[in-house]
Amino acid sequence: MAENVKRRKRSAAGRMERSHFSGYLFAAPYALVFIVFILVPVLLAVVLSFTNFDAVQWPPRWVGFLNYITLLTSDEVFMQYVLPNTVLYAVIVGIGGYILSFLLAWMLCNLTRTVRTVLALIIYSPSLTTGVAMTVLWKVIFSGDQTGLLNSWLMSLGVISEPVVWLVNTSYLLPIVIIIGLWSSMGIGFLAMIAGIANSDESLYEAGAIDGISNRFQEMIYITIPQMKPQMLFAAVMAVVNAFQNGMVSALLVGNPSPGYASQLIVNHIEDYGFLRYEMGYAAAVSVVLLLIVQLFSKAANGLLTEKD
Amino acid sequence: MAYRGRHINPQRFERGQIKILLILLPLALFMALPIVFIINHAFKPMEELFAFPPSFFVRNPTADNFTKLLKFSRSAGIPLTRYLFNSLLVTLLTVALSLLLTTCASFAFSKIKFRGRNLMLQINQIAIMFVATAVLIPRYMVIANIGMIDSVFAHVLPLVAMPVALFLVKQFVDQVPDSLIEAAHLDGANDFQVYWRIVLPIIKPAIATAMVLVFQQVWTNMETSNYFINDESRKTLTFYMNTLVNASNGVAGQGVSAAATLIMFIPNLILFIICQRSVMNTMATSGIK
Repeated sequence: MAENVKRRKRSAAGRMERSHFSGYLFAAPYALVFIVFILVPVLLAVVLSFTNFDAVQWPPRWVGFLNYITLLTSDEVFMQYVLPNTVLYAVIVGIGGYILSFLLAWMLCNLTRTVRTVLALIIYSPSLTTGVAMTVLWKVIFSGDQTGLLNSWLMSLGVISEPVVWLVNTSYLLPIVIIIGLWSSMGIGFLAMIAGIANSDESLYEAGAIDGISNRFQEMIYITIPQMKPQMLFAAVMAVVNAFQNGMVSALLVGNPSPGYASQLIVNHIEDYGFLRYEMGYAAAVSVVLLLIVQLFSKAANGLLTEKD
Repeated sequence: MAYRGRHINPQRFERGQIKILLILLPLALFMALPIVFIINHAFKPMEELFAFPPSFFVRNPTADNFTKLLKFSRSAGIPLTRYLFNSLLVTLLTVALSLLLTTCASFAFSKIKFRGRNLMLQINQIAIMFVATAVLIPRYMVIANIGMIDSVFAHVLPLVAMPVALFLVKQFVDQVPDSLIEAAHLDGANDFQVYWRIVLPIIKPAIATAMVLVFQQVWTNMETSNYFINDESRKTLTFYMNTLVNASNGVAGQGVSAAATLIMFIPNLILFIICQRSVMNTMATSGIK
């Protein structure tokens, strides 16, 4: 056994000494596509964000930090609507969805295999509908007259007497977008959590019971969570990304920009400036800010989850 | 009764599970409701679509909406089958290319030592957080400069490199024992043979997972059709379905749109159900350490 370990160590060290050319061969095709379609566009966005690029004038003029300064000091729509909306959306769909997906995953793992599989599939299925597919459905449900499903239900229950114009009334728009976001937020992070819990070491649960753990909740806090930190972290990253890249629903339901900017998220803001106003330099600055925010939040999640060790 | 512990992965039904079911079932119902509704809506005949008060379930199911969908596209000049063909081609190419590139790179990153490897891995890890819509404009510029506008590759290549897929597959390759690979090398196998004959068969679950993820991404993608393709006849089914959903605001269009939505959703669901076990297997190794 000891000899075996030693030999493996030596061979690993031996391989570390020289760089194997075949590694580049295997990695190159992926790396090439990655560089061309992910890395270069990101770098280009950074460069563009310092210009007044508008797709017409070439070459664009270098404007330094002007776009960023404008964004932070004089873009009223951004400060008044987009940023608060995005933060609210991210808190509820990101953090709320994250906690919910853990609780759901944990509950599922307390059930027998068949029941768990079926329920997990049902809860995951909304994320299979991502994007455009469900727009028609939401339009039917939130339709503003009596033929709308929600109006019809609420009226027959006596909650409201007049149909509510859900998709026009600005105070309902953001909540609707948030609910739809939550509905479809049980994605692969959720699956990772299920796998993490289901594969946790069962002997620890017995040991825990002997050491005085007296209910499922304590079991969850003291045994399950510490064991599945890596999955928790992966799910956190997925939750952050999910929380910030969603803007489709709002744009498809009520158009872009949304009425009174009520459900305008940062992604919509980018599209608004980039593809409707052709102020692409400015849109690029907003993109860079978005990418930075996502990085920052993931770092924060990372810090929070690893600190507790 | 003393607490017994070990409630994770129970073998049979216990009374304690009732509480959990009481919480989970209503939630599952809430999650399933929209999908159940779409299925019902797609099969509703005209009079039920117009019915007041609106009904949730279909009473006399018909396939009218689906036949109408076919007719609708015939009158639009470009047949539905053309969009379907485009979508199938694009999806097939993207998934195949992505799986090939991702597994190759995962093998390199996990099992071959070379300079710059860790840096590349770290960049990929950061790119998991990449938000594609944020860089739509620069992406367009890149694609236009390569001269790929209107080419099938404008659909395919932007979606081939999927950092999450690489991450998941690489984590799985990490579990292939080094001793197995060393033994193969001692027997005279080269790196390609090791990749093809040893690594690929072992990481099948991870490949299935990557397939599910990439498929989902490309099958529902609209951006490539919207921004990188000008020629109508080269756009995908998703794009067409969406124009349909947008164009048909009337109640009559709802049924057709629901049928279209269902057609887009079903392949996704079936693929996931088939691969479900492999996906869960892969997710067990998904952790970020």
